[in-house]
Amino acid sequence: TAPDAKLGLGREALAEEVAAWDIDVRPDGTGLPDGSGDVLTGEELFVENCAVCHGDFGEGVGRWPVLTGGFDSLTNDRPVKTTGSYWPYLSTVYDYINRAMPFGNAQSLQPDDVYAITAYLLYMNDQVDDDFTLSKENFLEVEMPNANGFYMDDRAETEYPVFTGAPCMENCKDAVEITMHAAVLDVTPEETAAAAAEAAGE
Amino acid sequence: MSASGKNGTASRRAFLRGALAAGGAVAGAGAARAAGDPAITQIQPWMQELGDGVDVAPYGQPSEHESHVIRRTVEWLTADPVSSINFTPLHELDGIITPNGLCFERHHGGAAHVDPAEHRLMINGLVDTQLVFTMEDLMRFPRENHVYFLECAANSGMEWRGAQLNGCQFTHGMIHNVMYTGVPLRLLLNEAGVKTEGKWILPEGADASGMTRSIPMEKALDDCLVAFKMNGEALRVEQGYPLRLVVPGWEGNMWIKWLRRIEVGDEPWHHREETSKYTDLFADGRARRFTWEMDAKSVITSPSPQAPITHGPGPLVIKGLAWSGRGTIPRVDVTIDGGKTWQQARMSGPSLDKSMHAFYLDINWDGRPLYLQSRAHDSTGYVQPTKEALREIRGVNSIYHNNGIQTWYVNEQGVAENVEVS
Repeated sequence: TAPDAKLGLGREALAEEVAAWDIDVRPDGTGLPDGSGDVLTGEELFVENCAVCHGDFGEGVGRWPVLTGGFDSLTNDRPVKTTGSYWPYLSTVYDYINRAMPFGNAQSLQPDDVYAITAYLLYMNDQVDDDFTLSKENFLEVEMPNANGFYMDDRAETEYPVFTGAPCMENCKDAVEITMHAAVLDVTPEETAAAAAEAAGE
Repeated sequence: MSASGKNGTASRRAFLRGALAAGGAVAGAGAARAAGDPAITQIQPWMQELGDGVDVAPYGQPSEHESHVIRRTVEWLTADPVSSINFTPLHELDGIITPNGLCFERHHGGAAHVDPAEHRLMINGLVDTQLVFTMEDLMRFPRENHVYFLECAANSGMEWRGAQLNGCQFTHGMIHNVMYTGVPLRLLLNEAGVKTEGKWILPEGADASGMTRSIPMEKALDDCLVAFKMNGEALRVEQGYPLRLVVPGWEGNMWIKWLRRIEVGDEPWHHREETSKYTDLFADGRARRFTWEMDAKSVITSPSPQAPITHGPGPLVIKGLAWSGRGTIPRVDVTIDGGKTWQQARMSGPSLDKSMHAFYLDINWDGRPLYLQSRAHDSTGYVQPTKEALREIRGVNSIYHNNGIQTWYVNEQGVAENVEVS
């Protein structure tokens, strides 16, 4: 088909406008700003800005996300997925802290702050020593433990062929037994959602 | 607001009178029966008194008798109500269009209140000309209308380990289906001129979560829309006012709200919402990523735990919804005996690509327990699997993309419950 004609709408973005909004970082380091930060500075910043929700060691307060630990738990019945045990790329840690944290005060950290907090998270995950300094220059040298833990959606090969074809319509099974009741668990909110959640051990 | 206050007082008065009349009828029920139905034989207030003036409700609300038809949340699912979820009351709705005020919400930094006059859409990265659009600019592009479902990737995610929440609002209500009006994303990208090495886009939201996802260029140029209207009116604040991305058939997280920027790149970004979240962990400890499409799925919305049978044996309408991220739904099968025997339901209403479809099965209920299930077939030949079939492949820790067949057990009294059956 013929390409759509341009309408001449919009205007050219200025370099400083692109710079203000284009803050994203990729696994290959594209988008990382100049700067650096060390573990000890990161600890101070973390205690000040993050620990109220994530705990002094990234262990999570209450129901707030656990950021550290959980190594070798991904095959467990209850996996603990953290920046250390699950996240494939350090760039994501930098990017996400920089764009969205602290929760309620996003984009309040400077590049050096984000490098330092990222370094502290690496330290808490036993990936670096306490004298480590993370910078734009050495960023790509850090390899995340679960970097190879992901693969492209393969449903087209592994599921689609299994779930196509004419299904059974008659005499499909001899007996039907109830194997699980939601009412037994009884965690559906009604008038007393909080009480129900408490009863469920949350 | 004074107008609606006046209306509130007036209707409360009318309601009280109505309640008194009903009370009187109950007290003398036998006599009333003999004398005829008081709903007919007595003059109701709405037959006698004048109704509301046309100036009472400049933006109308549902009847006060429908006040139970609301979005609901489950507090224990998330740490706080700002990065959280609520649920569409599917059991109370019919047809395929979700009313705007009932469309479920999912925010990561709360529902941002954006001033459209201050809103900008930037296109940058691997393009010939990096551009900035105002809302006024966007309104001058050719626009299209499409009905699509938006389903959260985590819809039914709480049910991976078994029956947990009692009601289709909670088990299946992270979905809505509306008509979007917007500009094909292709036209906006064309305006900037995508360079040949531009293979991915990164849409980004203007809210405090700065939501980002990587989307392949092929999808961006195919059917994505940059939408400003839903069901004819401006997007609701909680749905991304004034601008959101529409990514038909794909998981709801990718439908970036408060859309402010689209970057073109040569590689995906692997951001938080496509690494830490929206990746599907399997029992072997490895995880699928980029599981974008939502598989064919269905649910019976009535009878269901929040919509029991209250009328006793006899004619019964079984109603439900079905959808597929890969096309239309030409057929839904329903069983009333837990899967021993299936029959084809009756499809009713428009059959649109990547939209909800409504189905019905009209039966004569003999008063015996029902084990209700529905099974969607999509236009590619995919047949909705059982939960057990999914667990055999994926285990129970993949969180997202649970499209397994739902079972409701309905007892002799008509009370329905979320169960799993052998």
